[in-house]
Amino acid sequence: MLKALLARAHQGHRTMAYPAGEPPAMPERFRGAPTLDPAKCPDGCRSCADVCPTDAINKDGPLALDLGRCLFCMECVTACPDGAIAFTNDYRLATRRREDLLARGQELALADALERNLRRLFGRSLKLRVVSAGDCNACSADVNVLGTIGWDLGRFGINYVASPRHADGLLITGPVTENMRLALRKTYDAVPSPKIVIAVGACAISGGPFADHPEQHGGASSVVPVDLFIPGCPPHPLTILDGLLRLLGRVEEQRRVPRG
Amino acid sequence: MTAGVATHNGRALALKDVPFLEPSQFRGWLVNGVRDKGRRIASYFGVAGGPESGPAADGIGLVAVLADDANGRLSVARASCDGASFASLFPEIAQAHLFEREIAEQYGVTFEGHPWLKPVRYHHSYRPGHDAWGRPSDAAIPPGVMDFFRVEGDEVHEVAVGPVHAGVIEPGHFRFQCHGEQVFHLEIALGYQHRGVERALVGGPTKRTLPYMETVAGDTTIGHALAYSHAVEALAGTQVSARAHAIRGIALELERLANHVGDLGALAGDVAYLPTAAYCGRLRGDFLNMTAEICGSRFGRGLLRPGGVGFDLLPAQVEDLRSRVAVARREVTEAVELLWDTPSVRERFDHTGTVTPEDAESVGLVGPAARACGIQRDVRHDFPAGIYRFVHLPVMTAHHGDVNSRAYVRWLEVQQSISFILDQLDGVPAGGPGAAAGALKPDSLVVSLTEGWRGEICHVAMTDAAGRFSRYKITDPSFHNWIGLALALRDGQISDFPLCNKSFNLSYCGHDL
Repeated sequence: MLKALLARAHQGHRTMAYPAGEPPAMPERFRGAPTLDPAKCPDGCRSCADVCPTDAINKDGPLALDLGRCLFCMECVTACPDGAIAFTNDYRLATRRREDLLARGQELALADALERNLRRLFGRSLKLRVVSAGDCNACSADVNVLGTIGWDLGRFGINYVASPRHADGLLITGPVTENMRLALRKTYDAVPSPKIVIAVGACAISGGPFADHPEQHGGASSVVPVDLFIPGCPPHPLTILDGLLRLLGRVEEQRRVPRG
Repeated sequence: MTAGVATHNGRALALKDVPFLEPSQFRGWLVNGVRDKGRRIASYFGVAGGPESGPAADGIGLVAVLADDANGRLSVARASCDGASFASLFPEIAQAHLFEREIAEQYGVTFEGHPWLKPVRYHHSYRPGHDAWGRPSDAAIPPGVMDFFRVEGDEVHEVAVGPVHAGVIEPGHFRFQCHGEQVFHLEIALGYQHRGVERALVGGPTKRTLPYMETVAGDTTIGHALAYSHAVEALAGTQVSARAHAIRGIALELERLANHVGDLGALAGDVAYLPTAAYCGRLRGDFLNMTAEICGSRFGRGLLRPGGVGFDLLPAQVEDLRSRVAVARREVTEAVELLWDTPSVRERFDHTGTVTPEDAESVGLVGPAARACGIQRDVRHDFPAGIYRFVHLPVMTAHHGDVNSRAYVRWLEVQQSISFILDQLDGVPAGGPGAAAGALKPDSLVVSLTEGWRGEICHVAMTDAAGRFSRYKITDPSFHNWIGLALALRDGQISDFPLCNKSFNLSYCGHDL
């Protein structure tokens, strides 16, 4: 017992100050929001698109990168002879609309808050049922980590709950395998309306590396309407938290962040 | 020819040197090896069509890898199957059970004498028109819809759980046959995470192959990417720098640390001992963040690549890592040692979910689950590759096969991994982070083993005449170990299931592929 008390004293208080204080520092090599400079692309060059494992980069027209497909793997950066693509340290990536994930060198339209009536319902208490539908357990793990003491998701009134009947919405990871399609649909139907859906990770947004496999359906939108897209492979916990807080209108900052 | 060809971990063989045995000799080789010589099946799979299927036209080839842990030797042999049926090994060697179900599902072959030949992942056969259960090729295959073993009798009841569970966890379906609280039998039906990885690997390597490897089991990104890298390097004849080997070793042990520490915390949580649950939940993240410091990704995405590593360690990072590991060692030690001193924890851990050493050997458990039964089995020790050729790690074991032993083996390995990393950081070899691997040798086969945090990861790559993958077989440790969880529940209480499940912490996606 004494050891437990001493440990408690040593381990200290570890919940981060964010969002009241500064967000935790991201590792120097962290790959967040990309900056694109289509002006740097020589005519006809698409070395980046050729190496992209998920075809997130368009083959024709001005350079565009679909963050919903992007694995943040750096192959395009390495392949580009002219430095037209770079990944910044910016963890803010979540959007409300699928098309807003298309980066063309513009400002990324980060997620708006929920509509007024939903915000009144969920703004201070959002219960989510997490459904893994073919994810590799990396997205699941970094969704789960938000429940640990460093992040303490509960302080925002957000909790993961054991039953869809107790939930206000679903948080979905994975490309939605054929073998999880029915279970996901049933889980969605079991959540009382009004309800929201959050798609976390490249797989849940686009199918990720499995995009054209017949064993899956290319993401959550194939089965249910999605209200928030959080890209990444997997997204950093801070990216996920930022997305959730934006949805609830709890991040006090300019919504549109200028991009290089 | 009555035996397989001998090989080592990560050595490329010409396919013509891998013998085709007569079916009876093939069976004899496997049964004799497993039952009489103490070897075990590391991999056993089918190959369809072309020269790989051997003498039988329109048949399939069968490839098996036997591992001799005590002598660090592997042997590989093939057999030709007519594509319709093959005699089951299961009645003689239990560890063949799931491999045979997998081959039956993938290639539409019936295994005669297999007492429980069910699908594994619920998908259509790779050979259209051939289905082991006679299902039409356009019929839907709903997951988990098959007979389950049932215990009959007054007061016997069945409990079904999943695929969507109460926690943040991957999907799977569990059927318990119970008498009150007592579990007579647990049957586990998986396949919900099946996304067609193995099928998509044929014809590779492509630009997507590495992302596939990194997402076979996302919590084992380094483990699977390392097994893949070794396989490609063997086939391409690539020399990897000592520096890259050291960085890979650090990454693999950081992955083990994050998962073992997380599991110890989650085990504490499952017995409602919140101090260790809270501390370890956070400390797990510290180890993930160390991996992110090296490569930007908490799971090690992009860190490994065939030929070397994608990110070098700068001197400042070495210093930073050293101090972070030292702090983590102090904090983890304090958090975990509370477990062993708390009677309420020991009461729940001890004698819960026991697997006997005989059962563990018989079904071929790997990793901490095997070592918790006193079995000396660790790829880093038995089949060392990469950095483990230069740094010899003793095998950490415990002896009761229960939740406590599985927890304690993890704790021993946590301490070992921390020491290993600190040692490596003291002398990261000079040199470059590596170069690209070249073209792969045609008509070859390589077996690549890595000790992931869950246990043995086995990749077998076969190339065609053009040097492309004609077959790439992945065996995640979970494939061996799910049956161990079912055995651990026998005669236990159903309320102990979450604790037993966490003590194995197996991968659904790594199994389902």
